[in-house]
Amino acid sequence: MLEIKDLHVKVGEKPILKGINIQVQPGEIHAIMGPNGSGKSTLGNIISGRGGYEITDGTIYFEGKDIHEDLPEQRARNGIFLAFQYPVEIPGVTNIYMLKAALNAKRRAQGLDEIDAMDFITLVKDKLKALKMDESLLYRDINSGFSGGEKKRNEILQMAILEPKLAILDETDSGLDIDALRTVSDGINALRSPKRAMILVTHYQRLLDYIKPDFVHVLSKGKIIKSGDHSLALELEKSGYEWINDETTQSS
Amino acid sequence: MANDNQQLDDMLSQEYEHGFITDIETDTIPPGLDETVIGMISHKKNEPEFMLQWRLQAYQHWLTMKEPHWAQHHFKPIDYQEISYYSAPKLDKDRPKSLDEVDPELLATYAKLGIPLKEQEMLAGVAVDAVFDSVSVATTFKGKLSELGIIFCSFSEAVQEHPELIKQYLGTVVPYTDNFFATLNSAVFTDGSFVYIPKGVRCPMELSTYFRINAASTGQFERTLIIADEGSYVSYLEGCTAPMRDENQLHAAVVELIALKDAQIKYSTVQNWYPGDKDGKGGIYNFVTKRGDCRGSNSKISWTQVETGSAITWKYPSVVLQGDNSVGEFYSVAVTNNMQQADTGTKMYHLGNNTSSTVISKGISAGRSQNSYRGLIKVAKNAKNARNYTQCDSLLMGDQCGAHTFPYIEAKNASSHLEHEATTSKISEDQLFYLLQRGLSSEDAISMVVNGFCKRVLKELPMEFAVEAQKLLGISLEGSIG
Ligand SMILES: Nc1ncnc2c1ncn2[C@@H]1O[C@H](COP(=O)(O)OP(=O)(O)OP(=O)(O)O)[C@@H](O)[C@H]1O
Ligand SMILES: [Mg+2]
Repeated sequence: MLEIKDLHVKVGEKPILKGINIQVQPGEIHAIMGPNGSGKSTLGNIISGRGGYEITDGTIYFEGKDIHEDLPEQRARNGIFLAFQYPVEIPGVTNIYMLKAALNAKRRAQGLDEIDAMDFITLVKDKLKALKMDESLLYRDINSGFSGGEKKRNEILQMAILEPKLAILDETDSGLDIDALRTVSDGINALRSPKRAMILVTHYQRLLDYIKPDFVHVLSKGKIIKSGDHSLALELEKSGYEWINDETTQSS
Repeated sequence: MANDNQQLDDMLSQEYEHGFITDIETDTIPPGLDETVIGMISHKKNEPEFMLQWRLQAYQHWLTMKEPHWAQHHFKPIDYQEISYYSAPKLDKDRPKSLDEVDPELLATYAKLGIPLKEQEMLAGVAVDAVFDSVSVATTFKGKLSELGIIFCSFSEAVQEHPELIKQYLGTVVPYTDNFFATLNSAVFTDGSFVYIPKGVRCPMELSTYFRINAASTGQFERTLIIADEGSYVSYLEGCTAPMRDENQLHAAVVELIALKDAQIKYSTVQNWYPGDKDGKGGIYNFVTKRGDCRGSNSKISWTQVETGSAITWKYPSVVLQGDNSVGEFYSVAVTNNMQQADTGTKMYHLGNNTSSTVISKGISAGRSQNSYRGLIKVAKNAKNARNYTQCDSLLMGDQCGAHTFPYIEAKNASSHLEHEATTSKISEDQLFYLLQRGLSSEDAISMVVNGFCKRVLKELPMEFAVEAQKLLGISLEGSIG
C-alpha cells in the first residue's frame, strides 16, 4: 500500500530525513518510535504532501502510484489521513461544518453524491458516542479552547468519519489520561481492518499494549536504525534509545 | 452671513431663469459640469424649486472645495469636466444580444454565486424583452407596504410624491457642505432610494434594492434617505454580491439615515464593484458618505458592510448618537486583493447621555493591496456615561500587502468608558494544511479560514445575504495564495 524508498528530505539547507525505507501492507500496523527531533512528524508531513520540504532523493508510492506530485488534498481524498501531533485551531469554523465539508469533498472525488444531512448527523453521533465525546464539541470552533485530550479525540473522530486507507497517527496518545488512552485506543482498534493500514508515531510503549503493532521502527537522526516486532518496543521502554545507538555505531 | 446667502440665492435663481433652453430633449447631457448642467438634471426630473436651489447651493460650495487625497490612497486627480452627469439607460442596440457575447469570466463568477440565468442576463446588461419577474414582485411588495403606511420608492418618485418629507429631512444628516464628494453628490445626484416607516410600524420584510437589476443600474451619484419614525423598525439591504461592471470610474453616493425616538434602522451592504485588473487598471473609485442620526432617545442604528470590490474604497458609515440611550453599531468586513486600496471605518459621535457604540472591523488584505481601518470615537463634553467597544482585526495573506489601523479617540467627558482591541495576523499555513489534509480544496480552505475570521460580522447580515457574502469572500480571494 505504501512504499517509501531511500527518501531524503531537506528543509532549506538542513537534511532531515536521510534515506528512509519503509513498506506498509494493507491491514498492517507500524509503530514509529524515536527521540525528539528525529524526523517522525516530518515523515508524516511528507507522506501527506505538506509544502516547505524538498525531496532530494527517493520515492513514495501509494497503492502502486508515485504520489510525490499529488497535492495534499488529492492524497487526502485518496485515503491518506494524518492525525496531527498538534491539532490546529480554526476560529469561527465549527467542527461539524468542517467534518461535513471534508466528507463531501472525499465523496465527490469518489463520484458519490453529497451525504444526506440526516444521515450525516446519525453517523457523527454514533462515532462521538464510541469516542465518549461530548456532542457540544461538534458545534464549537475547530479545536478552539479544546483541552489537549479533546483535541486528540477530535482527530480520531475525523479519522472515523473519513475512513482512510492509510492513517498516520502522530503522537495521538500524548497528553491523554489513562481512561482517555483506553477510549481512544478502542476507537482506533474499531477502525482496524484488513484493508486499512496504520502508522502510529509514539513515545510510549503503553499505547502499543492496546494497539498491537506488527512492526516497530526506530527513527533516529533521519534514519530508521532498527526495525523489529512488538518486543522491540518493550526493549526500548526498558533501556531507552542509547543501546541501539551504541549497537549501531558498533556494527557500523 | 445671512446676507451673503441671500445674495447667492438671488444670483443663482436669476441665472436659472433662462437656464435650460438647450437640448433638453436629448437623453444624455454632454460631459461637463456647470450650473446649466445642474439645471438640466433638475428639470429633466421635474423637480420643485427647492430641490434646484439646494443643488445649486451645493454646487457653489463645491467650487470652493478641494479634492481630498489621503496619504494611504493613490489616484490621479479626477477630471470632473469629463464626466457626463446625466445619461439615459443604454439603448438596446448597444447591449449584448445574449450571454454568448458576455465576458466568460464574469459569467463564471455568476455561476459560482449561483445566480439564476435570467438574472445573469439582467446583470450583464443583455437586452431582454421579457418582463423581469422582479417588477411584478415589487408591485406586490409595494401594495403590502403601503397598507402599513410605509413609503419605499425611488428618490425621484419621493421628490414628486412626498416633497414635504424630502424638504424636512434631506441634508439634515449629511449637509451639502459635508465633504468634497458628498457636496458633489448633492449637486448632481440622479436617483436612489427613499424609505419612510411611520410611527410604531415594524417593517415586515427586508427592504432592498433586492432586485439585482435595480442595484445594477443605480447611477454614479446615488442618494438614499431612510427615515424611521418613532418606535418603528426597518432593515434595509443595499447592493448585491454579483460583480458589477460600470464604465463610470467615480462613484460618490450619499446615504442618510434618521432614527427618531425608539426607532431602529439596520442597514446592510455588500459592495462588489469592479476592482480593476491584476495590475490595478480600471476599477471603480468608491467614495461614499454614509451617516445615520439617532435623533431620538433609545434609538438604534446598525451598519453592516461587506466590501470586496472597487479599486479604491473610501467609506466611513457613521452614527451621530444624539438621543439619550441611543446605540450605534458598525460591523465591517473589507477585503482587498491585487492592487485594491480600501480605507474604511466608522465615526461614532456620542452626544446624548448613556449612549453606546460597538465597532467590529475585519480587514483582509491579499496581493499587493492596502487595507486601512480608520475610526473615530468622539465623546462630547456633556455626554455622560458613553460607552464604546472597538475591535479591529487584520488578516494578511502574503507579504506584499499592507494592513493599517488608525483609531482616533476624542473623549471630552471623564465618565466615558472606551475599549479598543486590535490584532494583526497572517493567514496561517498550519490552518490551511490542516484543512487540505482533510480533503478540502485550497480555495475552500482559504474561504473557510477567512469566513471563520469574519464570522462575527457575517452573522449580523440577513440570512440569504450572509450565505452569498460567504461565497463572495472565497471568490474575491481566489488565487491569492500559493
Ligand atoms: N520547517 C522546518 N524548518 C526548520 N527545521 C525543521 C522544520 N521542520 C522540521 N525541522 C527540524 O527537523 C527535525 C525533525 O523534526 P520533527 O518534527 O520531524 O521531529 P519529531 O521526530 O517529530 O520530534 P518530536 O518527537 O519532538 O515530535 C527537527 O530538528 C526540527 O527542528
Ligand atoms: Mg513530532
